[in-house]
This record gives sequence, structure tokens and C-alpha cells, in this order.
Amino acid sequence: MPRLELWGWLAVAIGLCALAIPWFLWNDATLVAGIPLWLWWHVGWMVLASIVFWLFAQRAWGLGIESTGADSSDERRPPRGRDSGAETGGETR
Amino acid sequence: MTVTIQLTIIVGYLLLALAIGLVAYRLTDRTAEDFYLASRTVGTIVLLFTTFATLLSAFTFFAGPNVAYYEGPEWILVMGLMDGIIFAILWYVIGYKQWLLGQRYEYVTLGEMLGDRFASKRLRGLVAGVSLLWLFPYVMLQQVGAGTALQALTEGAVPYAVGAGLITAFMILYVVVAGFRGIAWTDTLQGAFMLVTTWIAMIWVLAVVGGPGAASAALEAEAAHHLALGSDHYTPQWMLSTAIVIGFGVAMFPQVNQRFFAAGSRTVLKRSFALWPILCVLLFVPSFMLGAWARGLDVAIPEGENVLPVILAEFTPVWFAALVIAGAMAAMMSSSDSMLLSGSSYFTRDLYRPFVEASLSDRREDLLARVGVVVFATASFLASLVNPATLFELGDAAFSGFAQLALPVMIALYWRKTTRTGITAGILVSQLFYLSSLFLAVVPSTYMGWTAGLVGMGVGLVVTVGVSLVTTPAADERRAIYFDGLGAD
Repeated sequence: MPRLELWGWLAVAIGLCALAIPWFLWNDATLVAGIPLWLWWHVGWMVLASIVFWLFAQRAWGLGIESTGADSSDERRPPRGRDSGAETGGETR
Repeated sequence: MTVTIQLTIIVGYLLLALAIGLVAYRLTDRTAEDFYLASRTVGTIVLLFTTFATLLSAFTFFAGPNVAYYEGPEWILVMGLMDGIIFAILWYVIGYKQWLLGQRYEYVTLGEMLGDRFASKRLRGLVAGVSLLWLFPYVMLQQVGAGTALQALTEGAVPYAVGAGLITAFMILYVVVAGFRGIAWTDTLQGAFMLVTTWIAMIWVLAVVGGPGAASAALEAEAAHHLALGSDHYTPQWMLSTAIVIGFGVAMFPQVNQRFFAAGSRTVLKRSFALWPILCVLLFVPSFMLGAWARGLDVAIPEGENVLPVILAEFTPVWFAALVIAGAMAAMMSSSDSMLLSGSSYFTRDLYRPFVEASLSDRREDLLARVGVVVFATASFLASLVNPATLFELGDAAFSGFAQLALPVMIALYWRKTTRTGITAGILVSQLFYLSSLFLAVVPSTYMGWTAGLVGMGVGLVVTVGVSLVTTPAADERRAIYFDGLGAD
């Protein structure tokens, strides 16, 4: 479940980066209220980004960074054991 | 007469900043951690604005509007993507993790954090050395900006050397006395001041010319292609390269990276993260649109001068133009004072202490840090007298140089199998590659439209991962400390 959540948020982050510049308005010079349409898009997009970041901070903060409790550390435990083994193992390899 | 008004405003502003610094001084403990990080107690507004004011230097006020003037307002998109989104994501990905590690192991610098994990004094020194290599020209750039701005403002009455020297002396005094706490407080003042004056400036000029519609019509008549998205200058490759490279570079800039350690709590980091894109767009739109619209306003920009001061001098009263220049000066100082402080901490903690005097007491480190500030600032000032190259070229090189550090560091933070040899090789090779692209003709500076800075980041990524895969970790590496039990407090 956290794995799915991680990939979901990663996709959201990439999406936010991908459309901050409205590539679909390339070469477009439409003005709305004296300001280029592509700039309006960008301003709106930044507001959207703020809202998304706020949601992330409320709901998923710590994702991929904090190793809390049962769910993720179950997965992590074997590597930790291997970690200490790998140090000696590293020398013999 | 006008020179007097201008100088009064600027000097008055500096004195106000100094007063804030003195209040901060009274609250300061005499320890290095307090001098560098205000003992990790910074709140939301202060962290937000200190990072904001630190990040936005002479670029926002001078180089940025100049780019918008000559090439069109698409620069807003590039800056919005790089600072508002990419940097904000890194704020979480690199910043939050660093903050947690800093809380637990009391790291003050990036080099310290990496040196501890990889049990390598040399890696620690390498990171500090590379950072200082790029930081130095960037500090020099700020001094060049301040000197030129004062000279232009006073029409030569304050020559370049005097203006830049004045700012340098003030910064030294300020940083040595006030430390991080004082810097963060004045940054907050400066950030708010910049935001307000830029908006007033744009509204003022627009009111004189008859609104955004009239300004855009005039711009269209002068340079039609400027309002359409994209041009020969703004190609997708260039826009993306610039946004990605500078966005990652910012996160590795010592004064920005060090702020990741300074937050008072998790909530402070969360709130700043969410407010970041809005804050960026609020400053970039007025600042760069003003630069873009200036092109249609029929005002001659003398060769080599910055657009914004000329426009303000033409359309707004003297006192207001001086106020905005004071704001720009504030922006430069708030970047430079932080850079001096961070540069000094990299030097004392990661170069001097490990390699020269291991048993440095806290009290002596505190003193040495202040001496470092004086030496660093004086040297970059002297350099600026000899070589005032253009703002953009210097700044751009520094951001790309720092960007080369970002991916090896991120891999180390998130991939347990990173080895000491891997990260060291990744940093060395990408730095050498990027430096060669700058100084050696045989190494191209673009690759099918993509900049060498971006290609170098890719090189760093591949080398760090590749070398880590084929080498085994040294016995004394602490491979688990970036992962286990983090955040479970």
C-alpha cells in the first residue's frame, strides 16, 4: 500500500513539473486582459501546485523518508541484517 | 539633490538592517551551531522568507528583467518551474531528509552529513572544496551587481569600487555580528519588502502607460514574437535544461542547503513547502513582466545597463526608484550575507577542523567562523575589481556547478548500496566534466540543445550508480544511518 502511494505521489510530482510550462500553447500569442494566455495557465498551475503540496503535507508527509512502525520496516528489516553482514562479506568477496 | 535622496534611502535601509542584527546579537549563544543555524529554532515565516530572499538575488531584479526585455517573458515559466516546483519537491526529497538527519546527528553542513555516512574525511573535504569553488564567483557576482547598481543609480557619483566596497564592508560587519539569526530576520524584512515594492513598481508603470492591454499592444508593435510562447532563444530543450539544472543547483547551494538543517519543527517545513510555489509566482510575474513590457515603452536602455532601474527612473518618482534599488540591494545582500556565513561554515567545519586542527573547541570555532567571513568577503571583493564579467554567465555557471552535486547526494540519501568510491567518483567526474565544458573548447557546451550542466548531472548519476555497483563498501561506512529509525521520534 505505501508502495502504491509512493508511486502515485511520484506521478503527481512529475505531472506538476511536466505542465508548469503549457507546451500545448507553443507559439500561441493569445492575450487575455492584456496578459498572454500561457502566463495565466502558469499562474493557475502554481496555485494548483501549492494546493497539491498542502495536501501532500497533510496526508502523506514522511512518505519514502520516515521508516515508521510495521508496514515499511517489515520490508526493510532483512536489508538491515544483510547490511552488517555485507560489511564482512564485502571483504571476503 | 536626487543623489542625496537615493543615498539617504539606501543608507537608512542599511541602518535598519543593522539595528535588527544588533537585536539578534543580544540573543546569540557563543557557539558555532547558534552562529550558523540559530540553534535549529527557525519558524515558518522566517524560514520561508529567509530561503526566499536568499534564493532570489540580483537575478530577480536585474538579470531576470534583462532577459525578459531582450528575449521575452517566457523567463517567468523557466523560473516558476525551477524554483516554484522543482526546488519545492527537492525541499521535501532532500530537505526533509536532511532535516531529520540533522536533528538526530547534529549535522551543520552537507559535507559533514556525507562524511559521517561514508566515514570519509576526504569526501567531506571534497564536497566543501567543490562548494567553495562555485560559491566564490557567485559572491563576487553579487558584489558586482551591487557596485554597478549603485553606480548607475547615482550616475557615477558613487564609483563601482566604492559602492561594492561599501556593501562588502557592511555585509562583513553584519554577518560577523548577527550570525544566522540576524540574517534570517533581516531576510524576512527584505523578502517582504521586495515583494511589495515589485508589485507597486509594476502597478505604477502600468498606470502610467494605460494598463496591461496597452503595454502588451506596445510590446507587440515593437517585438511581436515576444508574446508568443517559445522562440529561437526559448527552445524546449533550453527551458527544461535551465529549469532542471538551476532547480537542482539551488538545493546544493550552501546557504540554501544549510537552511534545510535550520527549521524549528516538521510543521515549519510543511507549511513553507506548501506556500513556496505561490510565493515564487508572486514575485516573478511583476518583476519579469515589467522587464518584458519595458521593451515596448520606447525607453532607450544604454548599453550594458540594467533595464529595471532605467524604466523606474523614467516612469516613477526618484524616491520610489531609489526604494526599489534599495530593495534590489537588499536582495543581493540577503543572498551574499548568507553565502558568506555558509561558506565560512564549510571552510571551518569541513576543511579546517578535519585537516588542520581536529581538537577545535566550540568557542574557537565560533571565532574562526567569523574570521572566515572576513577573509572570504574581502577576497571576492578584490576579485570583483579585476574581473566584473556579466551577471548571468557567472551565476549560471555557479548554479550548474552546484547542480552536479545534487544527484550523487540524492542517490546516497536514498540508495543503501551507494559506496564511498561510488559517490566520490560521481562527484569528481561530473565536476571535471562540467568544468571542462566551460573552459576547454574540445568539450561542447550543448548536446542537441541540452546544456552541459544537464548532461553533467546525467554523467554524475551514471558514474555514482555504476561505480557503487562494482565496488564494495568500506568496512567503516555507516550504511544504515540514512535509513533506520528515521522520523520515529
